[in-house]
Amino acid sequence: MRRINRDEQALIKLTLNGTPVAARAEPRLLFSDFLRHQLGATGTHVGCEHGVCGCCTVMVDGVATRSCLMLAVQAEGREVRTVEALAGPELELNDLQRAFRENHALQCGFCTPGILMSFTDYLARENADVSAEAVRDVLGGHICRCTGYQGIVDAIVETAKGSMTP
Amino acid sequence: MKPRAFDYARPETLAEALDLLGEFGDAARVVAGGQSLTAMLNLRLLEPSLLIDIARLRELDFIRVEKGFLEVGAAVTQDRLLAWPGLGAHVPLLAQALPWVGHFQTRNRGTVCGSLAHADPSSELPLSLAALGGEVVLRSARGSRTLPAGEFQRGLLTTARAPDELIVAARFPVGATRTAFREIARRHGDFAIVAVAAVVVPGGVRLAAGGVADRPGVVVVNDLAPAAVAERLNGFAWELGGSDDIHATARYRRDLVRSLGARVIEEALACAA
Ligand code: FES
Ligand code: FES
Repeated sequence: MRRINRDEQALIKLTLNGTPVAARAEPRLLFSDFLRHQLGATGTHVGCEHGVCGCCTVMVDGVATRSCLMLAVQAEGREVRTVEALAGPELELNDLQRAFRENHALQCGFCTPGILMSFTDYLARENADVSAEAVRDVLGGHICRCTGYQGIVDAIVETAKGSMTP
Repeated sequence: MKPRAFDYARPETLAEALDLLGEFGDAARVVAGGQSLTAMLNLRLLEPSLLIDIARLRELDFIRVEKGFLEVGAAVTQDRLLAWPGLGAHVPLLAQALPWVGHFQTRNRGTVCGSLAHADPSSELPLSLAALGGEVVLRSARGSRTLPAGEFQRGLLTTARAPDELIVAARFPVGATRTAFREIARRHGDFAIVAVAAVVVPGGVRLAAGGVADRPGVVVVNDLAPAAVAERLNGFAWELGGSDDIHATARYRRDLVRSLGARVIEEALACAA
């Protein structure tokens, strides 16, 4: 049994964007804070810290998850992907990121990493419904205070269409 | 906001988890997906001294059909159940209601049993369990018991679970194929203002409504003539009580019970037998 006392700084190992990493956390440390402060992965943003805004969304074992609703200790041994994983080795944007830029799907960019990670999961699913309506439904898990959402929907639908043409 | 400090335990077996619960009782909290619990910890609405993490317990990771019930173990996420190929054929009401549970991102981690344990009066899974006449299986080091939905949920965020008990599975009856679900919320994925589910049963339709009272209300409508249904629903809407809050007035909620109730009854009856 894994047991960690409240004031104990346990060593938490996991895979972050393909690289094994390890850092210390006490049980109450949120995974979002662990990523940002212990691992320095500050691409993941924190807004509400109670599961409402979606900007802390990352992928854990392949599925989009709110990192503020998870403890660092719960991520132990998991495979984690954050927004830092999306661009290529020369920092060239991937298709989804490029579509966001071209469709004015961001202004301040605070919500963007979370939305990108949600749709990195969603668009990779077999038979994902990529109608604007279904995209809006998934986007319902995020709050954007800048764009009015239309550009985001356009960017996602465009990306989905692009990846379906051979 | 950050949670207050607590100890953390991740047992390897169900027996270990039950021993911990037996030892710590009310001072401990069980976490599986944590999609409601972690938010409450962050807001410091809960301050347990021990968190028992059951998310990785293999023994609780099952979806199976047994003796007329679909049994869903406590480690199964809402998304996994929604993606389970047999869902539409065995318990179509769950296939109808699950897409309304939280958001895509929270269904990925939130569990079916966790939602029942949280017992939010407006959430869809307790409502579905009540409408179907399902059950909850509780285990402790003392033994095991199974409670019907109506006895399990006692009120707002309150269930009949004893401090040393763990919810190990939810049991949804299979075979109710004529069902319908509807919900009104400010935004898809938000808490329901009112949600209703209808299940055709021998001699009538069982209707459950959530979001009004402190737990899902259930009524069986036997006389299905439109005027009789309207009358029954009106009585049901008043019985549920309900009060004004920032989301809606009690009167609007009664209106929704009447109008959505009539719609789902009609829709359930229109399903092929
Ligand atoms: S910071 Fe996690 S959902 Fe808002
Ligand atoms: S771009 Fe500013 S919040 Fe979405």
